[in-house]
Amino acid sequence: MNYLWSVLIIAGIIVGCFNGTLAQVSDGILTSSKEAIELCILMVGIVGVWNGILNVANCLGMTKKLEKLIQPLIHLIFYDVKNKKAKEYISLNIVANVLGLGWAATPSGIQAMKELKKENGSGNTASNAMCNLLIINISSLQLIPINIIAYRSQYGSLNPMKILLPSILATSVSTIAAILFCMAMRRK
Amino acid sequence: MIGILILGILLYGIILGRDMYNPFLEGVKQGIQIVFELVPTMLALFLAVQVFRTSGALDMAVYALSPLARIIKLPEEVLPIIFAKLFSSSAATGFLLDIFKTKGPDSGVGNLASIMLSCTESCFYVVSIYFSTVKITKTRYTIPGALFATAAGIAASIFFQNI
Repeated sequence: MNYLWSVLIIAGIIVGCFNGTLAQVSDGILTSSKEAIELCILMVGIVGVWNGILNVANCLGMTKKLEKLIQPLIHLIFYDVKNKKAKEYISLNIVANVLGLGWAATPSGIQAMKELKKENGSGNTASNAMCNLLIINISSLQLIPINIIAYRSQYGSLNPMKILLPSILATSVSTIAAILFCMAMRRK
Repeated sequence: MIGILILGILLYGIILGRDMYNPFLEGVKQGIQIVFELVPTMLALFLAVQVFRTSGALDMAVYALSPLARIIKLPEEVLPIIFAKLFSSSAATGFLLDIFKTKGPDSGVGNLASIMLSCTESCFYVVSIYFSTVKITKTRYTIPGALFATAAGIAASIFFQNI
């Protein structure tokens, strides 16, 4: 992340010098900080509320039931996780993602990470479970791309749902690829 | 969907006769703390993406990669979308809407871009957000794995685009 971050900025500014776009870059820096903070303010509300609901479901013991429901999948990828709370949060994160509740998925994912960290000790190296959790998340679990369909109809698509089947197939392929990758890493 | 979910949870709690208000407040408090911990990461990411984009470096990278794209029959217009999606969903959505405006959502490129955005997640964004909250710096095989899944999704989008 360190290199990636600095290379993006350095490359950007050098190109800006040659392209004569330094003024736009300076503007960009200002707007980016504004946009980042705006997004954070939006997130405070949404993540706050979802984390509240998450905690209610947790206190009622609902997350435990959810974990039992998708146990086979969890065992396959998170074979070495002993912490029960972590497994519950991971299940919740996966289910929320599949249903397209991205905002509910973030708090549960971060809580899962914190639980995994407890198991992992104080080091700064990611455990297998941490790597796997992120790879599965990044493979995009969301089955129905509701936002994209909404944008398509907003921009006058005659058939906004046309992409539904290919999207579901492509998402499945990327998720299967992620699961296979995680399983291959298990041997190492 | 969201409403029904919340209704279900609350009804279940009422039936069990358990306290829900205090756990809710407790959870909200934690959630707000999580977001505050994320602020520095968000600023850093948005800064890098914005500098790279506004300077024209992104266009150059796309130009450099376009011969490769032609070989695998990938329309050039979707390259910035793929690149942006690695860092930020909102930047990628911006490019998607550009394509919708110029080519129309039902064009071949419009369809392909829609599918690609549906089957990928913002890799570096997710990695930095999640790992920054637990102070992990050695990410081991996370990024190769995530990029592998993303590449599989993009290949599948090209393959399934005309179904």
